[in-house]
Formats: sequence, structure tokens, C-alpha cells
Amino acid sequence: MCGHCGCDVPVVPRRIDLQRNLLERNDNQALLNRLHFSEHGLLAVNLMSAPGSGKTALLEELARRWPQRPLGVIVGDLATDNDARRLQQAGARAHQIRTGDLCHLEASQVALAFAQLEHSGMNLLVIENVGNLVCPAAFDLGESLRLVLFSVTEGEDKPLKYPGLFQRADAVVISKIDLAEAAGFDRQLALDNLQAVAPHAQLFETSARSGAGLAALLGWLQDALPS
Amino acid sequence: MHELALIEELCLLAADSAAQQGATTIHSLQVRIGDRAGVDAAALQMAFAVLAQHPRWSGTKLELEVVTTRCFCPHCKQAFTPLDVIHLCPQCGSLSTHLLQGRELELVSMEVS
Repeated sequence: MCGHCGCDVPVVPRRIDLQRNLLERNDNQALLNRLHFSEHGLLAVNLMSAPGSGKTALLEELARRWPQRPLGVIVGDLATDNDARRLQQAGARAHQIRTGDLCHLEASQVALAFAQLEHSGMNLLVIENVGNLVCPAAFDLGESLRLVLFSVTEGEDKPLKYPGLFQRADAVVISKIDLAEAAGFDRQLALDNLQAVAPHAQLFETSARSGAGLAALLGWLQDALPS
Repeated sequence: MHELALIEELCLLAADSAAQQGATTIHSLQVRIGDRAGVDAAALQMAFAVLAQHPRWSGTKLELEVVTTRCFCPHCKQAFTPLDVIHLCPQCGSLSTHLLQGRELELVSMEVS
């Protein structure tokens, strides 16, 4: 039947060529975010890792050490505002996004969160993504830099297991290096694995607890600030 | 895990395009996904099946084409298909960071009436 009047003329479907990116709504919003951050003289960093790799601990230390200006953080979790409160106690201006069941942040959520963040006098905004090594990779948030973190307790082959995220990283941070010995972490193997999937990425090795490596990361971020 | 979000975007795009073309029925969707796009074809089909419980989509077929990763070697000046996630050029053994294809998430076309 034709679908209109019920006659017997068969329906002949026609093909429409579209070539449309499934992420185009997100990508368009990310472009707007990027423009917005740039207008405010902000360096925006998308920080990604598995849950429990130490993103928040690293940012607490960064907030305490970031010179002269307050550190801005937009932090995403499925539930609770624990991270935002921790970061505020460390001196950051932090806004929590509770994603519900969403496994990643999207550009529109970041735009809404940024509107609620007091950003005058700020020059660095870190977007702490939902702890997940798969889904966040596909979603541009409007950041200038992508920072991927993995801790010494997670195993040296993390970059090989989750190449998608590491391949798009501008920098990789190996965290919790104060636990390396206790965890039996094979540093050289981890560096070889990183080199294999992310040869372009800048490498930092840090401990939020001892403060090791934080100065180098801080310096790198300062060099990347918009002039 | 974000397949459902992608399927929602796909359906929005498809419904918009169909309306613009004056079409009332969407028979099929041709979607291209790169094997490095971070999505799973079976999970996409499952997410679509959930959505297709709605009468608007119950007669629509989702056709997925998976695109194999291709890299470019800056030394040999040619494209190659990497053996695995490490993008080693089979000719010279150098690492490539230049992906030519493999990250597609694209609604290529659809059949409507």
C-alpha cells in the first residue's frame, strides 16, 4: 500500500545523501565554548582518566600551587558533589556537574556549568571529565589541551588497552608515583607502551602526595596560557 | 557506553532531514562508524532496537558500515592499514600519528518515502 490513501501502488523508497556527523551538535557547541574560553583569556584543559586515578587529588595540588589566579574547575561525576567540595577547600572555583547515568561530559553541559562559574580573574579552566577511558574521547568540549592520567596501580599496559584516549592526548600524566615500588610498577615498560600509542604526547610523572613532578606540569600549563 | 546518546543524535538528525524532504517514512539509515570511533556496532544496534520500540522507528532498518583504520606514514609518504592499535608503518617501522580514516561517526544516507 502507498501509505497515504491505502491504494495498491507499491512504495518506492528514495535515497537521500546526507554525510552528516553524528556528533555535529556537540561539535558545534564545542566550537562556541572554544571561542568563549578564548574571549575570556582562558586556557581550557580536558582532564580524563579511569575512576580513581587521582584526577581530583592532582587538581587539589594544582589549585594550591597555581600562581596568583584562582584555578577554575568544572567536574563531572555520575552522582555527588564531593569532588567540587574537595576542590573548593583547596582554593579552586569549582562547579559540579552530576551526569546521572551519562558516562562522559558533553559540550552543552560544560557551557551551562561555565555560565555558573565565577570566571573573572581566572586564566586556567580544567574540565575534570567523568572517570572513564572510553566514552569521553569522542566528545570535544571546546578544550585547547587534552590531558590523560593513569596511575602506577593500574598497570603498565593501560595505554595499549585504551588507545583511543591516549592517541588523542596532548599530555599524559603518570600519577601516584610514590606508590610505584609498592605496586611493582615497571616504569620502562609503561613508557615504551606510551611511546607506541602516543609518541607525540608530553609526559609527566607526578605524586600529589609528595609533590613530585608537579612543578614540571605547572610550568607546561603556564607556557600554554594564552598570551 | 555512549551508544544510546549517539542513537538519539542519529534519530534527531534523520527525523529533521526527513521532515525537510517532506518524507513521512524512514525505511533505512546508512551509518558509517570507524573502528577507532570508540563505539561498538552491536551496542549501537541494541540501542537502536530500544528506540525502535517507538512506532516512528519500528519499520526502520539501521545499516552499519565499519570503516577500517588507515594511517599515513610521513617517511614513506603512503597510506597503510595498521596491524593493531600501534600504528607502525609496515614499510619503515616508524610510528604514525596521522589517522586518515577510522574515527567516522556519520549518517551517510537514508531511504525515505
